Amino acid sequence: MDLVYDNLPVLVVVTPLFGGLLSLFTVRNPFSWLWACLVTSATYLLALSLLRAVLASPTGSMTYPMGWWPPEWGIEYVVDPANAWVITIISAIAVVATIYARIPTEAEIPADRQNLFYAVWLLAITGMVGITATGDAFNVYVLLEIASLTVYTLVGLGMFRDRRALTASIKYLILGSIGATFILLGIGYLLMATGTLNMADMHAALQEMDARGELRTNRTVMTAFAFLMVGFSMKMALWPLHGWQPNAYTYAPTAVTALLAATATKVGAYMTLRFVFTIFGPSYVDELSLDLMILCAAAGIVASGIQAMRQQDIRTLLAWSSVGQLAYIVLGIALMNRAGVTSSLLHVFAHALIKGSMFMAVGCIAYSIGSHRISDLKGLRKKMPLSVAALTIGGLGLIGFPGTAGFVSKWYLVQAAIERGQWWLAMIVLLGSLLALVYTWRLVEAIFLKKADVENEDRVVREAPAAMLVPTWALVIASVYFGIFAQTPVEIAEAAANVLLGGAP
Amino acid sequence: MLPFEVTPLLCVAIPFFGAFVIGLAGKSPHLRETATMVTALLLVTCVAELVPHALQGRGPSTTIAEFVPGIPLAFHVEPMGMIYALIASALWILNSLYSIGYMRAVEKASISNHTRFFVCFALSLACVMGIAFAANMMTLFFFYEGLSLATYPLVVHKASPEAASSGRTYVGLLVGTSVAFMLPAMVATWAWTGTLDFTEGGVFRQALASGALHPAMFGVIFALFVYGIGKAALMPLHRWLPAAMVAPTPVSALLHAVAVVKAGVFAVIKVTVYLVGVDTLRGYEQGGWLVYVAGAAILVASFIALFQDNLKKRLAYSTISQLSYITMAVGLLSPLGIKAAAMHVACHAFGKITLFFAAGSIYTATHKTEISTMDGVGRRMPYTMAAFTIGAVSMIGLPPTAGFLSKWYLIGGAWQAEQVFVIVVVTLSTLLNAAYFLPIIYRAFFCTPRLDDGHDHSHGHGAGQAQGHGHHGGDERVTSLHKLRQTYNTRITTQQFIALGYDPSKIDDFDHKDPDPEEAEEDHGGEAPWPIVVATCATAVLTLFTFFEPSLFLRLAQLTVEAINP
Repeated sequence: MDLVYDNLPVLVVVTPLFGGLLSLFTVRNPFSWLWACLVTSATYLLALSLLRAVLASPTGSMTYPMGWWPPEWGIEYVVDPANAWVITIISAIAVVATIYARIPTEAEIPADRQNLFYAVWLLAITGMVGITATGDAFNVYVLLEIASLTVYTLVGLGMFRDRRALTASIKYLILGSIGATFILLGIGYLLMATGTLNMADMHAALQEMDARGELRTNRTVMTAFAFLMVGFSMKMALWPLHGWQPNAYTYAPTAVTALLAATATKVGAYMTLRFVFTIFGPSYVDELSLDLMILCAAAGIVASGIQAMRQQDIRTLLAWSSVGQLAYIVLGIALMNRAGVTSSLLHVFAHALIKGSMFMAVGCIAYSIGSHRISDLKGLRKKMPLSVAALTIGGLGLIGFPGTAGFVSKWYLVQAAIERGQWWLAMIVLLGSLLALVYTWRLVEAIFLKKADVENEDRVVREAPAAMLVPTWALVIASVYFGIFAQTPVEIAEAAANVLLGGAP
Repeated sequence: MLPFEVTPLLCVAIPFFGAFVIGLAGKSPHLRETATMVTALLLVTCVAELVPHALQGRGPSTTIAEFVPGIPLAFHVEPMGMIYALIASALWILNSLYSIGYMRAVEKASISNHTRFFVCFALSLACVMGIAFAANMMTLFFFYEGLSLATYPLVVHKASPEAASSGRTYVGLLVGTSVAFMLPAMVATWAWTGTLDFTEGGVFRQALASGALHPAMFGVIFALFVYGIGKAALMPLHRWLPAAMVAPTPVSALLHAVAVVKAGVFAVIKVTVYLVGVDTLRGYEQGGWLVYVAGAAILVASFIALFQDNLKKRLAYSTISQLSYITMAVGLLSPLGIKAAAMHVACHAFGKITLFFAAGSIYTATHKTEISTMDGVGRRMPYTMAAFTIGAVSMIGLPPTAGFLSKWYLIGGAWQAEQVFVIVVVTLSTLLNAAYFLPIIYRAFFCTPRLDDGHDHSHGHGAGQAQGHGHHGGDERVTSLHKLRQTYNTRITTQQFIALGYDPSKIDDFDHKDPDPEEAEEDHGGEAPWPIVVATCATAVLTLFTFFEPSLFLRLAQLTVEAINP
């Protein structure tokens, strides 16, 4: 068993990587899909044992030097509770999304390209898991490119259903590449200043500079920090750098949207956490940068809520809501205290469950009625009770209703704001909840109160197939379960926050 | 026999699972209604079992789950929760009986939604039990929000645009206030005291004594709690209550006169006594403003009620003012004030549900909703209007009704606290209550019914009906006999629902708002269907009974008072 145990940090990355490459050889569809399910399930099981191993390990982390090169020269994978937690979330969502993907993908992608789709799909998962697992700054960039390029492709594959997917994909590609360039330059400047690419060594070098009193005045480090923050903000769609996101989520294939919304921007948030806390250290970040982050997040919460209220397409509404939800995560990071970082890590989890289930429910509805418009939800209460119920419960999670996972993270976020004495931030967070109440209620009223339009009255609508409903409801049930029995995620997130903050209060 | 620690959990579980049974039985109305009644009976048995423990001051505690570290979801039975759980569960039985009659007779247009109605009712009761027995603020908040959600489908039952916009007000205000005010207050409490458990005497003493928490901030937290509990309908956050009157009458009766609004004032009492601490508030001179705010709300709401012609709206504003009695009594921050508040939770419940039952009964029998059209209703519906009178007398606060008791303690508390303002408010409000209730009673019993009453208003009668009136020259008795026989004949031919004694032809799809003239003939004179009348009279009797035998509520209220200063 040690063969598996010692290699866990790299196995979670290598499994989907080779799984994705081998997927090319699965010619016909049920096999491509089954193979993808198998690979993601294996990844998930590995991630779960990795999480257990890390939580149980006496040092609090696991390392794996690639090819047994010493960390100074080679690439080192370092997994502590923070990234073990994020890896588990990504791989869990990947399993559920893959199981869900079969029917919508068959409907949206030509039959002869199914194996290519799943190959790209698995490589995207590889990239996201890899970014999270690695302890090497340049490796982050490499895996980020893998994740980004595959995701642009996945978004563009929506073209078979709606040609606008292509422009959405190009826009994403341009903005994403600009973001990636910022990140690459930032990493390069850090290399200049510290002479290493290993995160732990970078941190040690920066500490040394601090001890010499050079850190605060070093323009290279300052520029690196600024470039990295801009790049990450672009990748995680932090307002006002969110431009690529609403269209990409709207026009991507159904299953891709569900996967992306639940995982992609979270990886950006994780990179921010990792670079800010592990490389620069909480003490490096000055008040001005924090204020800027807080300002962007607060403005993002309000602006995205107002935008979401005005949408007619459910996917665009949810995409805007994602911009706001991501801002909660950033806010938790920017508050820089234990409750704040805990809330960020919890919200990565909660939002993945909630938004994943909602986009899946939208996919179920669109599969049956062929429309994404809010006005076409009318009269579906009787015809597709399970799908619209999933959408509604997800909406309650966005509001942060007690009994859903969204409430737990919001609780810690408000606590973090109040502990900092920032009452106005607590109010912004709660204002965000009220905006979520408004846009969720637009869906609720359309579903439960409005009668079907005359032209839609006679349409024959069946409930979505069980193969789509089961994964959707798995996420819904998880979001409710972890909203009531929140102790386990909270304990893991607190442990992770402690590691990131370095034992600071 | 189950260990008694489980009983509070059982009280939540019974209506919760009852809801599922009702939902499964949805296809057959009889089965569904039997399930509702059985659930209600089981629940009240369970709640009653807790009474002796609560009286001995050692109610059971149960923990369901550790929500987040340090904050469990847990139940604990204490006297104040006992009062609330008792009235809500006991009145649910009568309300179910009433609902069965009412829904079958009135809400025929939406007959397919009846299952949802009964399911949501049971879920609401599960939330009510959760609120009543919550051992900490987090548990209370869980069920408080759950109650808003479970009652929303009941409020928008008619699914009309008007219902939708009322529903928006309802959810917006209730969820909005709790998220915007109550949640930050809870987080602040947790941040400064490290606990959300309901503790006798409150939890803030240490934080205040050590200087960690500034008294002004303490006052702000208390204000956030008071305004965060939107269900207490303290002005200016009261608008959801009149809006909720768009719901079917049983909903207004049990939920918006007893369960939901009492959840609000119950939470205010609970937070003040067990979390914020009455003595702490007085010691740091915070919260004194509450008396004046609530007092003003009483008078303004009563004044608005004077001008409401819609009976349910008038009752709603009366509820708003009566709830503020409770808030004002809490604001006295004295033992007698808390006692008055606890008593008024029970006393107001019996009276107000009677009034709503009567309003629904009038609507069922005559389709009248406006007070100005209710001339002579009392002659036609003597039982209903007698019950209404008892309810009204209780609202005004005269013996021999329950309302007198709580008013007695309230005035006592006011004298004790030397709050002349409160005495003035109570006196003025009593006059206003009399001014808006007595005209209804006078109109019902002493005015002669106008012939065209109601016909133009809510449901224009057909030619046959008008002719009937012409023939008998307004002799109601002959008309009603004639109508009764008509109904009787129909009943024999269809052989349906004889046991429940209402009109089978009304099963047809027809909207009571715009009936066709043929159907309108089914407006037989006399009382509403018997389940409605029985339930209405039963609550009226309870209103009287509580005056003569209040010892149970008094003892529970006294125990609540003792929790102020352990």
